[in-house]
Amino acid sequence: MPTYAALINLMNRIMNTILEVKNLSMNFGGLRALNHLDLNVVEGEIAAVIGPNGAGKTTFFNCITGIYNPTEGEILISPPGKKRKKINGLKPNRITKKGMARTFQNIRLFSNMTVLENVMIGRHCRTSSGIVSAILRGRSTIKEEKDVVDFSYNILKKTGISHLVNEFAKNLPYGAQRRLEIARAMATEPFLLLLDEPAAGMNPQETRELDELITRLRDEDNISILMIEHDMKLVMSLSDRIFVMDYGRKIAQGTPGDIINNPVVIKAYLGEDIDA
Amino acid sequence: MGGLRLKKFRIQLMIKAQEIKKSFLVSIWFMFLTFPIMVIRVNPIEEVIEWRWKNMLIVGIGSFLLSFVWRYMLKKREAGEKRAETGESGKTFLIQRILEERRFYIPLVTGLTIIAVAFPFTFSMYQTSIMTTALMYIVLGLGLNIVVGLAGLLDLGYVAFYAVGAYSYALLNYHFGLGFWSVLPIGAVLGFIFGVLLGFPVLRLRGDYLAIVTLGFGEIIRLVLENWNEFSFGPSGIANIDRPGFFGIQFSLQAASIYLYFLMIGLVIFTIIVVNRLQNSRIGRAWIALREDETACQAMGIDKTKTKLRAFALGATWAGMVGVIFAAKTTFINPASFTFLESAMILSIVVLGGMGSILGVIIGALILILLPEYLRAFSDYRMLIFGAIMVIMMVFRPQGIIANIRRTYKFDE
Repeated sequence: MPTYAALINLMNRIMNTILEVKNLSMNFGGLRALNHLDLNVVEGEIAAVIGPNGAGKTTFFNCITGIYNPTEGEILISPPGKKRKKINGLKPNRITKKGMARTFQNIRLFSNMTVLENVMIGRHCRTSSGIVSAILRGRSTIKEEKDVVDFSYNILKKTGISHLVNEFAKNLPYGAQRRLEIARAMATEPFLLLLDEPAAGMNPQETRELDELITRLRDEDNISILMIEHDMKLVMSLSDRIFVMDYGRKIAQGTPGDIINNPVVIKAYLGEDIDA
Repeated sequence: MGGLRLKKFRIQLMIKAQEIKKSFLVSIWFMFLTFPIMVIRVNPIEEVIEWRWKNMLIVGIGSFLLSFVWRYMLKKREAGEKRAETGESGKTFLIQRILEERRFYIPLVTGLTIIAVAFPFTFSMYQTSIMTTALMYIVLGLGLNIVVGLAGLLDLGYVAFYAVGAYSYALLNYHFGLGFWSVLPIGAVLGFIFGVLLGFPVLRLRGDYLAIVTLGFGEIIRLVLENWNEFSFGPSGIANIDRPGFFGIQFSLQAASIYLYFLMIGLVIFTIIVVNRLQNSRIGRAWIALREDETACQAMGIDKTKTKLRAFALGATWAGMVGVIFAAKTTFINPASFTFLESAMILSIVVLGGMGSILGVIIGALILILLPEYLRAFSDYRMLIFGAIMVIMMVFRPQGIIANIRRTYKFDE
């Protein structure tokens, strides 16, 4: 339907789509983990991907961040003010440099580095000094290093863990580790932040603080957020749009209000109602 | 009250009795183990067997007493681990504390400088030569520390790059008469190139697989040198390599060894400065991140390929340089100097000293290289004591003599 495609195109131009996933499939041997998935994220929104365990949410994240090379489909990004680009098959570090940063479901911090150093790693792709300049330590290298430290410290302040700056990452309490993961991703100056279950294992108090942090990141730093999350309260209060996945397919999408009443979603989560 | 105290005393006594029983068993076990070498001695001249029961008694008493010390140390270590787990271990190692305080730091450095300068003039040429060797291993250790300690890539073939450096000086000197100073940078560059050459095929590997491939690479280099007679003169090696000169001046043997000593001191200082700057730089942090978590490291925008290659190449550069110096020092090289044992030795220096810690590697090198020399007094038991010390070190301080400390930053706000 050409008219439909034209309409989508027009809407994209108005709404400024920054991530477009078209017809994405991922096979592991005979297992199809993602099945013709379509998804898009609009600039400035908080979008959530939900679904039962094993629905393929993390596989989806791994595909768009370059850890897996998808079997089929297209992943397109259009960073604000830049051209639209296809990022299929790029290495994770290239994708991060293009402005999509992620956190991990099972925390993957650099445990024997300090909190500040963890964030400073995020600055790696935005800085350039090499071996020779590190050895000579010229004026520009010293300045770059100072900028990295200041930038990283500001991010720590923003994420509320600046008091832990010189602690080893492994000694941090759980909630702070989750925050540090977000801080580290923020240091790469992304336009789209991908959060893989940011509230997993958090208590209600920590979850509330996380809610507030994510909103603040969107509003103050002008970044868009795509997250996988199981905590429905958090998803409903935060997200502008929700995508629901099951068995590698997208089974529904819409505002929290739409999703909560969608019979397909209820079926996926709770199973078929016998009476119906 | 009295009864309670008596009960407590009784329990203590029981524990004591148990410990004594344990130690007793240990001492019997040791007496049994050492029986063939300590007690029996065949005297081939008089054709009799000497039974040295006194030795057995010494072993028994010695191991009995030492087992108490051993258990005490183990307990202490466990207590330390518990403290570290609960996160309340404010106690850092003594040397670390000294290094952090400026008022200790300056006299310490001055003292070391004086000792380093006075050393070759107070001690014999033999001592100076041993110390030069130890200094060479410090640099090798620091070079391997980049690869293993910082980037976490287990390299068992490090000696290959050392051989590359040594042979590049020996061959260039033999064929073209090139001098030490002109070959030193060439050796470094060749080391770098070989580092990249090895780096490329092993980029996809990690952990055990990487270790085996590097081990193979080290053996390949050695076997090529051993068998390619036209190129490297095979097992007979290359002799009469020139000692380093100083603007065309050739030294006497004594002066040359002092000259080499100071040259090594210079190289050690240079290496310390470079490695220290590197490990707190953008590249150094990327190496550590690579060691800690490869996937996360890549997801944070670090090019894994480049980072690994840099580590390999830079580590190899240092080995190449020391190789040139080694050839100049011994004036004779053959493939026998570049066996796997050498790689293992350098790796032990890094692991024993403390992975990623400069000071640790220095102390590790001094211990591992000087100890066997000074243990010569114990002749036969030299390597036994050496091995025992390594085992004890790893049991009680698996993180190395000095664990790596990360730089801390201060902020006003």
